[in-house]
Amino acid sequence: MTRSPMAPPRSFLWSRRIFLTLLTGFVLVPVYVMISSSLKPLADVTGEFRWLPSELTIRPYIDIWSTVPLAKYFVNSLIVAGAATVCSVVIAVFSAYAVSRYDFRGKRVFTVTVLSTQMFPGILFLLPLFLLYVNIGNATGIALFGSRGGLILTYLTFSLPFSIWMLIGYLESVPRDLDEAALVDGCGPLGALFRVVVPAAIPGIVAVAVYAFMTAWGEVLFASVMTNDTTRTLAVGLQGYSTLNDVYWNQIMAASLVVSVPVVAGFLLLQRYLVTGLTAGAVK
Amino acid sequence: MTTTTAPAEAVRKTSPGAADGHPRRPGRIRRAGLPYLLLLPALLLELLVHLVPMVIGIVMSFKELTQFYIRDWTTAPWTGLRNYAMSVDFNAPVGEALLHSFLVTCAFTVLSVGLCWLIGTAAAVFMQDTFRGRGVLRALFLVPYALPVYAAVITWVFMFQHDNGLVNHVLHDQLGLTDKPSFWLIGDNSFYALLTVSVWKGWPFAFLIVMAGLQNIPRELYEAAALDGAGMWQQLRRITLPSLRPVNQVLVLVLFLWTFNDFNTPYVLFGKAAPEAADLISVHIYQASFVTWNFGTGSAMSVLLLLFLLVVTGVYLLLTSSGSTRGRRRGAA
Repeated sequence: MTRSPMAPPRSFLWSRRIFLTLLTGFVLVPVYVMISSSLKPLADVTGEFRWLPSELTIRPYIDIWSTVPLAKYFVNSLIVAGAATVCSVVIAVFSAYAVSRYDFRGKRVFTVTVLSTQMFPGILFLLPLFLLYVNIGNATGIALFGSRGGLILTYLTFSLPFSIWMLIGYLESVPRDLDEAALVDGCGPLGALFRVVVPAAIPGIVAVAVYAFMTAWGEVLFASVMTNDTTRTLAVGLQGYSTLNDVYWNQIMAASLVVSVPVVAGFLLLQRYLVTGLTAGAVK
Repeated sequence: MTTTTAPAEAVRKTSPGAADGHPRRPGRIRRAGLPYLLLLPALLLELLVHLVPMVIGIVMSFKELTQFYIRDWTTAPWTGLRNYAMSVDFNAPVGEALLHSFLVTCAFTVLSVGLCWLIGTAAAVFMQDTFRGRGVLRALFLVPYALPVYAAVITWVFMFQHDNGLVNHVLHDQLGLTDKPSFWLIGDNSFYALLTVSVWKGWPFAFLIVMAGLQNIPRELYEAAALDGAGMWQQLRRITLPSLRPVNQVLVLVLFLWTFNDFNTPYVLFGKAAPEAADLISVHIYQASFVTWNFGTGSAMSVLLLLFLLVVTGVYLLLTSSGSTRGRRRGAA
């Protein structure tokens, strides 16, 4: 986005150069540590810190899978985050469509209530939710506690409020004439939603999906209380490398990198949508 | 999109919405049941996972809920306000520790939110114009935000290690700034360690939101200002920052709530026992509940925390919304 037709003054250019250089360093150092340490032999990460590995080895990338059952955690995280994302996006689209296209009683109450759940400290409902899931399990036989289902349910509501809020904003920017035309052409309201509104709102929907996936992939508190050995996710599983007698820092860094690649790659590929989605939606 | 508006414009004149008293918003069709049906899944889930547990949490805060009653929490005896009295009795150990944790959290939140906002805004403003490498830099800056919390924080744990960490290696061995290697994850330094990680992880969100906000400022404003002879810095002060006001109002609030409630960062950084200097309130309550198995007191503390956040949010929205209709609209949303 170009701004003024004039060339910026030197003072501006210099401040920009210095600031962005320092910031790049701040951002990059941990990333570099993560990558370089994941390629070091164990001796390099137990002794004094080295900027460069004494020898490059891919050994940590082989060992991570046997030190802890990383593959199992990976699959668990993938199932939980994937399912939570799909459900969260579908539900958010329905809600946002209702709020942006219809007048109804309780609309304000709904949006305010949903948004205000964002301010709840997670710690307030951790234990009650745990008790609730156990009780539901005892009463109906549906295992929520310790199961992936319970975690999916929990995570999808974490991303729901922000997703609804962002999509309401985004749908407001989709011209109403579009869905009206579809209604006139004989589509029902849901037909208009799926054939016209959803395709036009793809950038917003992708942005919300990225957000929902990241939320579920990175959560630690509920994952550490609500999972057991078979359903453990990466957030908890990664701590397995440091509770042993030796701390395998090279393996921890390798595992961190492996679990980060799917989200970071996805995020960077889709960040254009995220900015577009935010521009049209949340910050309009 | 522009090609479809012209025929749709013609359709609007005959659409049913225009006739039923909504000439301004013809798209809003009243149909009693449908919107509620569409909202139902979201409502049910919010009820199940947020609202019902919150009510249970409030009920629990009035009970003497120790490990003996955890099998069937409803049978725990009522204690009235005793849990609350214990939490706010600042002369007794429990209350004193809670007050200390609260103050640490306040200081941490103010510094972290301030720095995240400052760095994010500065980066977004500096990157408003195109220059070589801007796209790459933007992607790079979003990496800390995109990384899963535990992966990012665990890397910082490694960097803060006493014997084999990067921070001591640079500060002590390479620059000679300290007499001996420092401890970063225990003792007073832990506050700065936590702050550094929190800012590193949090500023890209501010960057992202401000960047999106900048795109909505009309170019003509800058062009007019440039014609009037306003320089780059003046444009920044007179146009950019005032235009970002509504965006900032929401951004600062969201950052505040996320930072104040943050559990993941301190939990991964310090493990289950946070050092006193970095004893954030979420971890403190978690400890008070799960280590001492006194869930009644833990719940009372959580309720107090929620009340505090409600009051702060309310006051904040009142203060920042007055005098600006745009601000008020944002505040309501």
